[in-house]
Amino acid sequence: MMTNAMATQASPVRFYDTEEHDHPEGGSTMLGFWIYLMSDCLIFAILFACFAVLGGNYAAGPSPADLFELPLVALNTAMLLFSSITYGFAMLSMQAGRPGATRAWLAVTAVFGLAFLSIELYEFAHLIHIGATPQRSAFLSAFFTLVGTHGLHVTFGLIWIVTLIVQVGRRGLIPANQRRLMCLSLFWHFLDVIWIGVFTFVYLMGVLR
Amino acid sequence: MSAPSAVVSPIFGRLSLDALPLHEPILVTTFAAVALGGVALLALLTWFRLWGYLWKEWFTSVDHKKIGIMYMVLGLVMLLRGFADAIMMRLQQALAFNGSEGYLNAHHYDQIFTAHGVIMIFFVAMPLVTGIMNYVVPLQIGARDVSFPFLNNFSFWMTTAGAVLVMMSLFVGEFARTGWLAYPPLSGLAYSPDVGVDYYIWALQIAGVGTTLSGINLIVTIVKLRAPGMTMMRMPVFTWTSLCTNVLIVASFPVLTAVLTLLSLDRYVGTNFFTNDFGGNPMMYVNLIWIWGHPEVYILILPLFGVFSEVTSTFSGKRLFGYTSMVYATVVITILSYLVWLHHFFTMGSGASVNSFFGITTMVISIPTGAKLFNWLFTMYRGRIRFELPMMWTVAFMLTFVVGGMTGVLLAVPPADFVLHNSLFLIAHFHNVIIGGVLFGLFAAINYWFPKAFGFKLDVFWGKVSFWCWVVGFWMAFMPLYILGLMGVTRRMRVFDDPSLQIWFVVAGVGAVVIAIGIAAMLIQFVVSFMRREALRDVDGDPWNGRTLEWSTSSPPPEYNFAFTPIIHDLDAWHDMKRRGHERPVAGFRPIHMPKNTGTGVVLSAISLVCGFALVWHIWWLAALSFLAILVTAITHTFNYNRDFHIPAATVAATESERAPALVAAE
Repeated sequence: MMTNAMATQASPVRFYDTEEHDHPEGGSTMLGFWIYLMSDCLIFAILFACFAVLGGNYAAGPSPADLFELPLVALNTAMLLFSSITYGFAMLSMQAGRPGATRAWLAVTAVFGLAFLSIELYEFAHLIHIGATPQRSAFLSAFFTLVGTHGLHVTFGLIWIVTLIVQVGRRGLIPANQRRLMCLSLFWHFLDVIWIGVFTFVYLMGVLR
Repeated sequence: MSAPSAVVSPIFGRLSLDALPLHEPILVTTFAAVALGGVALLALLTWFRLWGYLWKEWFTSVDHKKIGIMYMVLGLVMLLRGFADAIMMRLQQALAFNGSEGYLNAHHYDQIFTAHGVIMIFFVAMPLVTGIMNYVVPLQIGARDVSFPFLNNFSFWMTTAGAVLVMMSLFVGEFARTGWLAYPPLSGLAYSPDVGVDYYIWALQIAGVGTTLSGINLIVTIVKLRAPGMTMMRMPVFTWTSLCTNVLIVASFPVLTAVLTLLSLDRYVGTNFFTNDFGGNPMMYVNLIWIWGHPEVYILILPLFGVFSEVTSTFSGKRLFGYTSMVYATVVITILSYLVWLHHFFTMGSGASVNSFFGITTMVISIPTGAKLFNWLFTMYRGRIRFELPMMWTVAFMLTFVVGGMTGVLLAVPPADFVLHNSLFLIAHFHNVIIGGVLFGLFAAINYWFPKAFGFKLDVFWGKVSFWCWVVGFWMAFMPLYILGLMGVTRRMRVFDDPSLQIWFVVAGVGAVVIAIGIAAMLIQFVVSFMRREALRDVDGDPWNGRTLEWSTSSPPPEYNFAFTPIIHDLDAWHDMKRRGHERPVAGFRPIHMPKNTGTGVVLSAISLVCGFALVWHIWWLAALSFLAILVTAITHTFNYNRDFHIPAATVAATESERAPALVAAE
């Protein structure tokens, strides 16, 4: 550090940036949103940990093998994975500067998301109907909470998609909207990653258990 | 005592007139005093027509400096509440001997020790620490504000909403009677059917949103907004410790959010995470809450380690000894703080190997902490030490904290912990480090940066009265607890059988009274300093001959902090600028880009408070309605794209030229 100070001694030292320009707005947003996602990831980590600890506590109730229908879950997974692809297309349209196509792909994404949620709700309703309620055992408490929290995130993602469809419609692909689309993109793909964990860890390994 | 009412009204939920604690004379008197004081305050604000000013200049402000000050006010107000709880406990324990029941019944006493812990950690220490970081960090790194100014305002108001919810529990219903971490199954529905634990849960959840967001905000600020030339290893130590603290916040508060959500599911939905039957596992809760809880204590202490570093260096007139080792020690503590949580429950029965692992990691933490202490001592060695108030607090910290640290290492030895756990020895230990470390550090910080924030120094006489009362009071109040703990007295006791113990509790009680005088002296210090503000005026913005950038701007700083962004060439940037004769630019000002104020943060937090209250009392329609309102308000806010403005160059020039005569006069 001292050598540094010595080196700058030779030329006149500038202590103030007198030529400063405005910083581009929102330059920190992506970093901030990424850190938020990591904090969200921790919440899921805790829920996964709870499922790991409590997932075998059936309390003489049903076990995953009794409850899960893998074909239905496979369909559900497909819906969510497709929605990630279509969100990718929305981002490509955004890069190409085509607001109409962006909105259309967002709408397609929302439809897939909605399909995912509907199938999940159907599954929950079915489980509750046959008596496998969240109150039945610690395993089911952990299952409903983990999967439900993911579903809740998807729900908020859907609300966000609708909001952005409206906002892009009103203002076009201005930098602020592009930034929002990129944040939602991170969020949406993040939910996909979490779901792959849920699918593997809860459903596949649960049935094997 | 609101017995669980069988009838749940569709309109008012569990809330009924029985919820008002009219049978508790202490609470009725307190309520009368608070109500009178509150009405008087509101009347004064109306009389002096301050509402518009407060709303426009403070409540809706996105200026990090004003938000920082509001955090400090919140923390100091809540300190009075938390201390009232403390002195009530001391009095009860000093009285309840020889068959006396004392003056607090068990139902009330249990709420008091719970509220004391919750308030002191979440609504005193956290707001004060966050407030200092909010105020100082952007100034130290040469930034004009934090990265997300609106989020900063929102975070503050969410913290406040949590504090308000805790205060409401004093007069409407009751607070938890579970201890400050609300372990199940005691905090579960079976043993705590009342609203107390629900108040606890929602207050912490609402405040937790604010804390997490403010953590993200400050990390991004430090990573992205440093002035040109300020590399990571040229950041002031306080900024470094703030960075580590905010990393800890973001990496630990989500755990608290998750575990409290699970507890609330157990209580509201009837799930079985932490119940005794249907496969639930209460120890899961204890593990998870301490995975948050241990990093939390480092969240509290690390920024103050930064404060002590700044203060020691400034008042010894020397560059900090061992800057690099200080930074690495901070980072090591940050990492290690995640590897020690199990030492909070060695007696759970994890077995010798697990206990040994966590015992050793705990002891290892004392190494970087010790390195820090030696760095401060070596900074003082052969320095020109000025014993101003911040330096006095720092020296008191060094002497006091070392004792707390050593009892901590003692408790980290599992066999010793089996004897001492849950005893008053533990209570003495953590008060020793939290008061002797966090609180003394905050007082050092307040005395150090007060002139920067308000433009005048704090009065030295009353500051010294406060200092000596706090230090003497602390030692009197807590050394007896070490002794009692070694004699086997457990925590949270309301009455005692052995009369020979009483003298120690009386001494501790006297100590608490001395601390009370210290708090009063601090409040007097604020008033006296305000009255004498012309004599105490800080004209040139650098009252202590400081070394870091915050001292290069005026006191109080203009809303844009720096007319021109400073360029950094050395660790102690301002010292370097003074040493090499920098020239303050007096012309060529440019318009400055700033964020606009907004009331959305206040509105969102107010609705969150309503939502929390409705959830506590099972007023489902109101909870649903307010949740919807939160969503709608948040979405509406995103439709406002017009969030910034430029301060015209002429205004900047005018503000800066106002400062010039003062600077000339100072020379």
